Amino acid sequence: MRSTKNARWVWGSFALAVSVLVFVVPFAFIALNAAKTREEAQLFSFSWPQHFQAWDNLVAVFEANEFMILRAFTNSIALTVFSVTILVLFAAMASWIIERRGGVAAKLANGLVLIGLMIPPALVPTIFLLQALGIYGTFPSMVLVEIAFNTSFTIMIFRSFISTIPRELDEAAIIDGAGSLQLFFLIVFPLLRPILVTAIILNSVFVFNDFVNPLYFLPGEGTETVQVTLYNFSSQYLTDYNLLFMDILVITIPMVIMFAIFNKRIVAGMTAGAVKG
Amino acid sequence: MPLGIIFLGLYLLPTITSLYYSTQRWTLFDTTFVGLDNFIQFLQDPFLLNGVVNTFVYAFLTSGLKVTIGMFLGVLLMSNIKFRGLIRNIIFFPVLVSTIGIGITFQVLMKPDIGVLDGIVRLLGGPDVGILGSPATAIFGVILVDVWKGVGLATVIYLAGLSSIPQEYYEAAKVDGVTGWQNFRHIILPLLQPATNTVIILSLIGGLRSFDLIWAMTGGGPGFASDVLASLIYKQYQSGFFGLSTAGNVAMFVLILLLIVPLNKFLKSREVEV
Repeated sequence: MRSTKNARWVWGSFALAVSVLVFVVPFAFIALNAAKTREEAQLFSFSWPQHFQAWDNLVAVFEANEFMILRAFTNSIALTVFSVTILVLFAAMASWIIERRGGVAAKLANGLVLIGLMIPPALVPTIFLLQALGIYGTFPSMVLVEIAFNTSFTIMIFRSFISTIPRELDEAAIIDGAGSLQLFFLIVFPLLRPILVTAIILNSVFVFNDFVNPLYFLPGEGTETVQVTLYNFSSQYLTDYNLLFMDILVITIPMVIMFAIFNKRIVAGMTAGAVKG
Repeated sequence: MPLGIIFLGLYLLPTITSLYYSTQRWTLFDTTFVGLDNFIQFLQDPFLLNGVVNTFVYAFLTSGLKVTIGMFLGVLLMSNIKFRGLIRNIIFFPVLVSTIGIGITFQVLMKPDIGVLDGIVRLLGGPDVGILGSPATAIFGVILVDVWKGVGLATVIYLAGLSSIPQEYYEAAKVDGVTGWQNFRHIILPLLQPATNTVIILSLIGGLRSFDLIWAMTGGGPGFASDVLASLIYKQYQSGFFGLSTAGNVAMFVLILLLIVPLNKFLKSREVEV
């Protein structure tokens, strides 16, 4: 018994050391350089800052481009909250229907989902479409785009989860006289909670860290997302790496907070369904 | 039956999706029809072939590595070693961080000569690498970082897959006197097939479309050496060649379709019933 206990410690410590080396050290590099002066950060060395000016850099990051980062945070968080909320709600409903109802319509919808998962969205035609509708470059259109582009993935993880919920449950509710909306919100939705958490986290990460789609669909001033603020500090000839690294740290905070809150439930949600294809 | 939900789910969602998926494709075919020379021009782009090769190398290597490393880490974290939770969080953390931010950071770490990574290699007695500086290796530098960032998600998917394997299988195997390797080869591996499929499909699709990381780390350079389809398409778009860019998009989804559909069928056929 003694030796197996020791082995647990040895292997655990070893694995911990390796993962710290591989995964934490780059972040230590970011953090150290975020506290340096511009000149010192330019050396890209892995050393303790000679002039520790993390606070000054933080202030500079916030003041850059007339507090652009605050606008960007508002934009990004609003974008994430709106699109993920709508996406998760509708995807849950749609997956329920697709999974519970056979028939041509459900098959068709399922086919569309699979296609959506495989084929990358055609960006330029979407821009033309949005332009034709007169909403290109507006915030609501960006929300719609994020919803549409993440629908397939979300439905996929919901469906496999729903297939594990016994049918008898909804049948019983119907016999008891539950209407369809009642059935969904009172019976189904609470049952979906584990996978809901997984879907919310993964989609939030996708949307919040999305760089490509805002690049195409939200050009112009005032609508920047946080990912774009990273380019505040670099020009063709000169890059303020200290501020750039500080910015990386700052824009990661929302995701870290969310992860800290939901951490334990991520795997739980996936266990219950996501990988059963 | 739940009529209300049918209405919302089956009408509203496909309306949104069809708006953005189907309608697009219609417009798309329209565009290719009108200007077929766009398509030809894109195919004649001297850098396209290189871009296609890079796209495939990128997609296959990243998903292969994510499967191998992710499965290893998953199995490791399911065993009863210490600090499991902590290690899992550490591995998952990069998934949360902005891809562009990671890209810029590693671009700095991998800088030739002054970069930290080269410093470490030198310290170990190796030659100057400058992985991003040379056309032959730049794409592999990006691939390494992609795996580094994405392996956390693969690990979590594997953890989920592992914990859904019923305990009785292990117990039965133990009674039969199965060794550790046999246990892995004949019990864990087949029962993990669904998880493996999920990881493969997700990372292949992600790899074939990937753009952010390449854009932040090399911008497709040096020259056009590390361009992939997605970055070529963006460059066309940026320079105002909308037709060309769209043609590139068509090429990309034909490629993905040709690859993923048969692969998906094959992978599904290998799943066993639990």
